[in-house]
Amino acid sequence: MSSVDLAPEHHGIRDTELDEISLHRRLAETWRTRPGLIGFLSSVDHKVIAKRYLITAFVFLCLAGLAAVVMRIQLSGPERGLIGPDLYNQIFTMHGATMMFLFAVPMVQAVGLYLVPLMVGTRNIAFPRLAAFSYWIYLSGGLFLWVSFALNTGPDVGWFAYVPLSGPEFSPGKRADTWAQMITYTEVSSLAVAVATIVTVFKQRAPGMSLDRIPLFVWAMLVTSFVVIFAMPAVMIASTFLILDRLVGTHIFNPAEGGDALLFQHLFWFFGHPEVYIIFLPATGMVSAIIPTFARRPVFGYLALVLSLIAVGILSFGLWVHHMFATGLPKLGASFFTASSMLIAIPNGIQIFCWLGTLWEGGRPRLNTPLLFVFGFFFTFVAGGLTGVMLASVPLDLQVHDTYFVVAHFHYVLIGGSVFPLLGATYYWFPKLTGRMMSERLGRWHFWLALIGFNAAFFPMHIVGLWGMPRRVYTYPVELGWGGINLFISAGAVVFFLSFVLFVINLVWSATKGDVAGENPWDAGTLEWATSSPPPSYNFARIPVVTHQEPLWAEREVLPVAGGLRVDAREVLISTIAEAKPDIREKSARPSIWPLFAALTVGATFLYSIFTPWAVVWGALPITISLVGWFWPKGAPEDEE
Amino acid sequence: MRRGLGWIAALSGSILAGCNGVQSALDPKGPAADELANLIWLFTVLCAVIWVLVMAVLVTIMLRRRQRRIHPLHVDQASERTVSRVVISAVAATGIVLVALTLLSFFANRTLAGVGEDAVLTIRLTGQQWWWEVKYENAEPSKILTTANEIHIPAGEQVRLVLQSDDVIHSFWVPSLHGKLDLIPGVVNSLTLKADKPGVYRGQCAEFCGLQHAHMAMLVIAQPRADFDAWYADQLRDAAQPLTEEQSTGRDLFLDRPCVMCHRIQGTTAGGTTGPDLTHVASRRTLAAGTLQMSRGSLAAWIADPQSIKWGAKMPVMNLTGDELNAIVAYLENLK
Amino acid sequence: MRQHTVVDLSHLATFGSGPRSPTWWGTLGFIALEGTGFALAAGAYLYLAYIAPGWPLSAPPPNHWPGTIVTILLLASVVPNHMLNGYAKKYEMLPVRIGLLVMCAFGIAPLVVRWFEFPALNIYWDTNAYGSMLWVLLGLHTTHLLTDVGDTIVLTVLMFTRHGYAGRRFGDVEDNVFYWDFVVLAWLPLYVLIYWMPRF
Ligand code: HEA
Ligand code: HEA
Ligand code: HEC
Ligand code: CUA
Ligand SMILES: [Cu+2]
Repeated sequence: MSSVDLAPEHHGIRDTELDEISLHRRLAETWRTRPGLIGFLSSVDHKVIAKRYLITAFVFLCLAGLAAVVMRIQLSGPERGLIGPDLYNQIFTMHGATMMFLFAVPMVQAVGLYLVPLMVGTRNIAFPRLAAFSYWIYLSGGLFLWVSFALNTGPDVGWFAYVPLSGPEFSPGKRADTWAQMITYTEVSSLAVAVATIVTVFKQRAPGMSLDRIPLFVWAMLVTSFVVIFAMPAVMIASTFLILDRLVGTHIFNPAEGGDALLFQHLFWFFGHPEVYIIFLPATGMVSAIIPTFARRPVFGYLALVLSLIAVGILSFGLWVHHMFATGLPKLGASFFTASSMLIAIPNGIQIFCWLGTLWEGGRPRLNTPLLFVFGFFFTFVAGGLTGVMLASVPLDLQVHDTYFVVAHFHYVLIGGSVFPLLGATYYWFPKLTGRMMSERLGRWHFWLALIGFNAAFFPMHIVGLWGMPRRVYTYPVELGWGGINLFISAGAVVFFLSFVLFVINLVWSATKGDVAGENPWDAGTLEWATSSPPPSYNFARIPVVTHQEPLWAEREVLPVAGGLRVDAREVLISTIAEAKPDIREKSARPSIWPLFAALTVGATFLYSIFTPWAVVWGALPITISLVGWFWPKGAPEDEE
Repeated sequence: MRRGLGWIAALSGSILAGCNGVQSALDPKGPAADELANLIWLFTVLCAVIWVLVMAVLVTIMLRRRQRRIHPLHVDQASERTVSRVVISAVAATGIVLVALTLLSFFANRTLAGVGEDAVLTIRLTGQQWWWEVKYENAEPSKILTTANEIHIPAGEQVRLVLQSDDVIHSFWVPSLHGKLDLIPGVVNSLTLKADKPGVYRGQCAEFCGLQHAHMAMLVIAQPRADFDAWYADQLRDAAQPLTEEQSTGRDLFLDRPCVMCHRIQGTTAGGTTGPDLTHVASRRTLAAGTLQMSRGSLAAWIADPQSIKWGAKMPVMNLTGDELNAIVAYLENLK
Repeated sequence: MRQHTVVDLSHLATFGSGPRSPTWWGTLGFIALEGTGFALAAGAYLYLAYIAPGWPLSAPPPNHWPGTIVTILLLASVVPNHMLNGYAKKYEMLPVRIGLLVMCAFGIAPLVVRWFEFPALNIYWDTNAYGSMLWVLLGLHTTHLLTDVGDTIVLTVLMFTRHGYAGRRFGDVEDNVFYWDFVVLAWLPLYVLIYWMPRF
């Protein structure tokens, strides 16, 4: 076939030639993460990387949450002097920025990183080294932000850092640069994960997993990844422009020199609105995974759910101006965005209704903790969505914009719509990650404490918002009589905090003392349950063959599988996009330390570049070296052929 | 049960009032705010109903006694079809409700835009970190009036507010009269304000603008026409002459201290504009954009150490001796 | 759970090119997000031009010649680029090596000319927003150019080593061709925006 003698195709050792025991031994040998520190730092196993993501993101949740608790103490009464404006502004910015960029997005992407390869029945994520790189970048971005905060250069301009306040004139010092550069780190990492996810879903699905058999969670991650790809560049552009204005004296946002302050808002929200669906869509995927299992039937309206996922993904790009109604845009134009914002309630509604339909048609639901949190999700998210619809109305928004009403809305949707499903997902997939069940008793306590605490903390915010309390104020005067209700809110926040402490306790206890789970404790239908818990480094001894939307329900005794992959080299199966017909025995990258180096050099360059633009020049060489090291073949069997 | 209802009544009552109506969107005192309050209640009720419906379905699902399913893949086509019919009609209903809501807010918007073609006067409001400069425009330069943090308007008449900013973005918001509108550098926004009855309405900057965003309030004071005209005439006059020995030393001190660099006092050589106009400072109800109630004591406290009262305020601490301070306060206190 | 082998994969190819290969899709992904970035930057430029009373803000229009030369070079490079693609598809080592060398040359040449483009803009980045946007757009594409040329050089070296004798490497060459087309394509609208828009 070729005019040059290409490296011969190795036959290697095939799984078909081995008995079970030696098959597992071989695969483990080929796919393992090497022991020792270097091995640890070089791992490219999507499960290892994902676990790192999960833990790191949780730590950031705790940090940001504790920041919130501090805010609540300060706000628990009028004219409190616990923290002054300077610290308060840093803290609410750290809270918002950490929750959005270091907790929510990385957390949902991490769940995808762990589950997608398992759910589509492949051995590793596509571009595993890219995934490893993305984690290191994310970690350095997070550390960068919080170390800066510790050094009193934490950003204090709000999580969307409007100019001119964040511009060179009104934010001297490095605080605003910290915000802008943290953006660069986190966006780079989530863009990388998004690309890897898309390619995994497109090309690495198990034989037979045609489009109409893709699990809904995988669909959700796919749509989310596309939203990431088209939304994140906007905020990268915005933060880059900001850095340039601040660092080299461009005038992009400077009205005095032909720039424009609103341009920043347009760029930010063109990202910012999709961002909230980036956080929300994966959560809907988790709901779609949990509900069928506990209703013991396939999800109702699979196609409708897929289409509404896609619809939300597309529509989310036509809503951004609803964050800018108070800027005095032309009335007609604004009303268009009212319409589009209302429109997006329809696909969201379809999802809600289909889930209800599933539960209705299902048998008596098993009320385990995962399902409890899904009910919590319904209870809370629907309310938050409806306040969203209120905000979508231009005139109405003019009264509640930038008040605690909005704060209430977005905590209802963020926590109700995303954190509750995430908690449910934790109880649901914890057995898969650790091989042990979480405590149901603690779980129930956790759920009720969380539900009550949350609503006690956030429902009254609607009211105090309507009473005229703006957001982002470090204190408020006695005369306005907001004291009592704020005290109540803070009390609720403490209860909610306690629920999290209970959660942490449950995690720690169950990880060591929980009942042993086995392969498929919930008797669920999707592929991640077709392998041991926790799964081996190679995920599946043989690639499963998919015959149904819920493969494990269709094949209850014997799992049809595909044989013939090499076991002495990292081989994954590449299949065709639509029907997932087997196509190529592609190689998957071995562990490598280079992604870490690359991340270090890139990270250092970002950091340095908030001090001098020349950083980009100095950084170029080390970055090139580490990238060459990354991609240069090392003569491993994966590199040849 | 009845006690339950009592509670709800009490609650909604207090919600409606807002513990203190002076700054609440739920206790409107002007046509615009009226319109909006109605809209808010309408939306709230509708959404509440929808929420209750969804929850009702959820509860029924949990309470219904049905046996566990044995084989998960076995689904009953007939009931499957009924459910899909229900879902489809629910979606249709959603669509209708949404169209209704969209039209509602569209027309509300129109009426808001409608009010106020014929404004009786134009006030230029300039946002500063962290106070409001208020300038009454007038064809005759001698009738142009500059003050701070207090907007006097004739009750029952429409007033045009022109909003602008020289530093960062602020937002004008007096909930009981009107919704928000931003003050953006490089942009000029305007709205028409109308208070039905005389009264004092509190407003607060609603766009995060830095350190003292929390202390950037203003008062809108609606007066009967006559009182308003009287006030206006008063404000146009030069600053009051010192009456006592102490006051005149106070003025002299004011004039040779840095004060003059930032403050204007009409009728004296003090012409600074980076700070509020003090010509009639003592006639105002508050100090430092609503941070303090006006009184001799708070005047003294503010001038002695603005930073401990409103940290970050763009007014430095000037080391004045006790006597100097007293003199200056005595002088300013007389600037009614 | 017991397993039962129903499909045999042992005869599948071990690499494929174009839409068959994951790397191609990866490349497409990055093209998509970089393309979005360019589009938004261009959008920002148009937005500012739209709200400005006059554009360019009382600045002399740039001298378009260096830019035009770059454009010609880039357009010309498409031809060898696609010849290279053909050879890569047929796994012809020598032509591929030559082709890559040519493409390196075609990558470096515009970079050299690019050096003269910045002064030819007739305005500095810190003069006004118009100047800022010109420099930003040009800067964006320059980094883009730099990175891909770097890529091409590394790949060229690789193809001259024994590692070159592997089917997947020829796939890499095809992806490189693919990406270069994007670099050229991305430039054309920027060229119009930077050099011709200020003239009308
Ligand atoms: C998970 C995140 C998430 C989600 C899912 C949403 C969902 C929605 N959001 Fe929200 N939003 C945020 C996160 C989110 N939002 C954040 C973080 C902010 C603040 C940013 C900041 O300023 O800091 C914000 C702010 C925000 C604003 C700006 C407010 C302001 O600043 O003045 C607006 C205005 O339109 C808005 C609207 C909406 C709408 C219409 C939806 C819709 O998608 C909701 C649709 C869902 C439902 C409607 C419920 C289910 C549907 C049914 C049960 C069917 C029946 C319903 C009807 C008939 C109506 N949101
Ligand atoms: C997913 C996103 C998310 C989440 C989960 C939260 C969670 C919380 N937020 Fe949120 N919040 C935002 C996103 C989020 N927030 C955003 C984007 C803003 C806007 C910022 C801005 O204006 O720029 C905001 C702003 C914001 C404000 C307004 C500040 C202001 O405008 O002045 C307030 C005030 O009450 C608040 C409160 C809270 C509280 C009490 C919680 C609680 O739910 C927190 C509960 C969690 C914890 C308490 C963590 C648990 C801790 C542990 C488990 C540690 C213990 C560990 C051991 C025992 C080992 N938040
Ligand atoms: C560097 C500028 C500057 C100087 C000098 C200065 N001030 Fe001020 N002053 C301000 C600013 C700015 C404010 C508004 C502060 C705020 O509300 O945030 C202010 C507010 C005030 C107020 C309250 C006005 C109101 O209606 O809220 C008084 C009274 C006052 N200054 C008196 C003085 C006196 C007396 C001196 C001299 C001893 C002085 N100022 C010196 C800038 C200055
Ligand atoms: Cu001015 Cu907030
Ligand atoms: Cu939005």
